[in-house]
Amino acid sequence: MSKTGTDRVKRGMAEMQKGGVIMDVVNAEQAKIAEEAGAVAVMALERVPADIRAAGGVARMADPRIVEEVMNAVSIPVMAKARIGHIVEARVLESMGVDYIDESEVLTPADEVYHINKREFTVPFVCGCRNLGEAVRRIGEGASMLRTKGEPGTGNIVEAVRHMRKVQAQIREVVAMSDDELMVYAKENGAPYELLLEIKKEGRLPVVNFAAGGIATPADAALMMQLGADGVFVGSGIFKSSNPQKYARAIVEATTHYEDYELIAELSKDLGDAMPGIEMSTLAPEQRMQDRSQ
Amino acid sequence: MTKIGVLGLQGAVREHVRSIESCGSEAIVIKKKEQLDEVDGLILPGGESTTMRRLIDKYDFFDALREFGQSGKPIFGTCAGLILLAGEIDGQKDAHLQLMDTKVKRNAFGRQKDSFEAEIDIKGIAENFNAVFIRAPYILEVGEGVEVLAVYQDKIVLAQDRHYLACAFHPELTDDNRLTRHFIQMVEESKKELATS
Repeated sequence: MSKTGTDRVKRGMAEMQKGGVIMDVVNAEQAKIAEEAGAVAVMALERVPADIRAAGGVARMADPRIVEEVMNAVSIPVMAKARIGHIVEARVLESMGVDYIDESEVLTPADEVYHINKREFTVPFVCGCRNLGEAVRRIGEGASMLRTKGEPGTGNIVEAVRHMRKVQAQIREVVAMSDDELMVYAKENGAPYELLLEIKKEGRLPVVNFAAGGIATPADAALMMQLGADGVFVGSGIFKSSNPQKYARAIVEATTHYEDYELIAELSKDLGDAMPGIEMSTLAPEQRMQDRSQ
Repeated sequence: MTKIGVLGLQGAVREHVRSIESCGSEAIVIKKKEQLDEVDGLILPGGESTTMRRLIDKYDFFDALREFGQSGKPIFGTCAGLILLAGEIDGQKDAHLQLMDTKVKRNAFGRQKDSFEAEIDIKGIAENFNAVFIRAPYILEVGEGVEVLAVYQDKIVLAQDRHYLACAFHPELTDDNRLTRHFIQMVEESKKELATS
């Protein structure tokens, strides 16, 4: 008998993406550029995060027509974003055969308290995290893949670095703890105890953890890989740069060979302008997407 | 000790390394083509075949991989690796390494929502093997001399052509190392043969 939607199948799909770059695209043409450049998957959405930030208002799931167009254009996996807690947007994307759903703080949350119970779905989910507690809560809800939240649409790597460092440091803390200390840690961090035990035993998260939120250059992507990311999401960084094709290829290569500095130097030459960046201190609290969920 | 390389451009590299090491062999992650000289056999892991092909071209791996196979050293392709090894790809003008006499179909079992795990029997190697299929391909046709080692729902999901082995599923995602062990045996035998020839 065959079984679909098992943890192994859902998490395994993310394992196959490791060492790769997942790119945000808003139409079939961009999806093809991404695939051609060597993206392992594309995220179909209506606007890239920088444009969502600029537009303001409520950001929702993309028009299914766009998602469909992207699915028809490429043979690599297609992901799409649903609002946090928006069960129906997620079900709609699942019904369309999207390969992965990002329950994402980039969109305006539909529920300020609860995330989607992702265990009930056949399609796997990726969720954002800033620390281990948040990461483990999402896994507890059924997320099959994680990504750092960073600060989307800013072209500023500082928050992604903060979140990746935090998660990695906390994993090391957990590994070094005794089981009784772990229970208090579970309480203080709102993290399911059984999952912490598993992390302690394995020395790593039970799911893949990518970096996201602010990656704008090949060196940014390589930095995140060095800090322990399993791969990277690039949102606005590619199609808001002056030469998307070149940026896309360079970021893919820098992600594969993140310790080959001569190569990164070579492929960073004459790339043109990166996306315009935003300094964190200029963001008002309500503009910080990373704080939209816990 | 037998050294098995895992092509480390993208995909489930770590899992194959774990599996090889559990079988008592040494695993080497191959990121540069020069490293191929160090290993007796090679695994092409699961991942995205289009991404891997682009990186293979970019880093001049293409001829090196073909020569590695043509020198008689065994290669095992899982999922994306099965596509890279195939002689022909359904609906695509160009295939990749074309080392195996097989015709394959990409994402043949469907999209991610159709991904599944199932128990299969592998001829002469393993019964009740839990096989994990993720956006999996299958083999449509095999040439003469290619041995079909497993089928699922009448589709060929594991085949061996001389010293090449390819499967549509992911043996590296479970703790069952029987298929990896079979490949390591292939490598050990070829090592002996290549040493005496």
